[in-house]
Amino acid sequence: MNYDFEQLKGFFLEQIRLAATSLPAQTRKGLELAMEREENGSVAENVFKQLIENVKIAEENSVPICQDTGTHIHYIYYPVGMREADIEKAVLEATKEATALSYLRPNAVDPITDKNSGNNIGKKNPQIHFHQWDNDYIHGKLMLKGGGSENVSTQYKLPDTKLHAGRDLEGVRKVIIDAVRNAQGMGCAPGVLGVGIGGDRGSSFITAKEQLFRNLFDENENKELAELEKKLFDQINTLGIGPMGFGGNTTVMGVKLGTAHRLPASFFVSIAYMCWAYRKAEVIIKADGIEYKN
Amino acid sequence: MAEYKINLPVTEEEIRKLKVGDQVLLSGVMSTGRDGAHKYIMNHHPDFIRPYFENSVLYHCGPVVGKNEDGSWKFVAAGPTTSIREEPYEAHVIEEYKLRGVIGKGGMREKTLEALKKNGAVYLHAVGGAAAAQASAVKEVLDVFLLEELGVPEAFWIIRVEDFPVVVTMDSHGNSLHDVIREKSSKIADELIGE
Repeated sequence: MNYDFEQLKGFFLEQIRLAATSLPAQTRKGLELAMEREENGSVAENVFKQLIENVKIAEENSVPICQDTGTHIHYIYYPVGMREADIEKAVLEATKEATALSYLRPNAVDPITDKNSGNNIGKKNPQIHFHQWDNDYIHGKLMLKGGGSENVSTQYKLPDTKLHAGRDLEGVRKVIIDAVRNAQGMGCAPGVLGVGIGGDRGSSFITAKEQLFRNLFDENENKELAELEKKLFDQINTLGIGPMGFGGNTTVMGVKLGTAHRLPASFFVSIAYMCWAYRKAEVIIKADGIEYKN
Repeated sequence: MAEYKINLPVTEEEIRKLKVGDQVLLSGVMSTGRDGAHKYIMNHHPDFIRPYFENSVLYHCGPVVGKNEDGSWKFVAAGPTTSIREEPYEAHVIEEYKLRGVIGKGGMREKTLEALKKNGAVYLHAVGGAAAAQASAVKEVLDVFLLEELGVPEAFWIIRVEDFPVVVTMDSHGNSLHDVIREKSSKIADELIGE
């Protein structure tokens, strides 16, 4: 591929703009389905109307759907022969430019000095996970995850005596319901849950967040997990928390479970709560053309 | 559930009329303020913000901003942030600065609810994540305080809004929609979790 630095930067800039300003079709469908489940004239239905209207305004005006443009989680698959450092530089410059163009809020704050870097560049910001692969093109996946939903994300260690949750999928089910109960509307419900089962504390959360890259309407390849996802979706939506926690029939739009092998001594369940503004965009950079998916 | 239009500044009497579930369209001048602003207030008790807080509302919001062609600021995306982080401070801020309300999302707890009751103020819930729509209700940015020190999201932005939509979820009579939903959903969760 003979793209120069400016071109590469431009492709990532467009990916960022799309992620921040245009909600994926799968999420829009999730919101439409949720609105149908609410009673006519209810506050919950009115919230969904506002959400859908907001998505429209953001797309038409090319402005962020939500002012919290979140942490930027990139997964970038790239071919043998390309330098990771070149791609990284293009992503960082695209991020700076996207911030200057108000597609992104400056969101990187030094925890010691409290200073905002002003351009979204900082230690571990943006987060870029590089994977070299055997294909001859770049595939970049980006998710923007807001702070409100990150704050209600949580990790459990099984067994959990208080919840009578043992070290099995039934225990997993119990702690996930507890997490949603504790989140109430604070993570901008209705949410989507990415859950990591197993791993160590770090890989467990990474597994949880990776589930959020799946399509909202896909089916888990593992039969047991597919069944549990459906069960949790139904059970959680009986809690009545509803959009924004105002009460209603949709508390989550989806539950996505994934696993990582655990240590014999540890059984972590990590729950990455994604807000309704479930923002993702992909870019595929091939020698003969560029494709954006969202 | 009633629907109201309220102009800021507002009187205590008008605010006392509001009940949980009422839908309100706000117009007038207000200030934003979130984590950094609350910390600053508790440490410095600044006077510059007094005229904007008194008989008005404080909006928990860290906006995305841009510039107009004439160099003035504009709000590009401006939805609410989670309010619960200000629970330790808000009661004090309401009392010291005579606020008539706060706008945010997710609701607040007992200490704030008590302060709302005592001082005649309400908690107004804006729809989280509806930032593009909310920014279009912000007609003008009048001023900004502590932009350098606190950064864009945390600064005090003084804005004029028109028909900004909110729902009363905590009123000045001790009622909180959030408490009701928490209690109900918790009971159902306990049943689902079982033994």
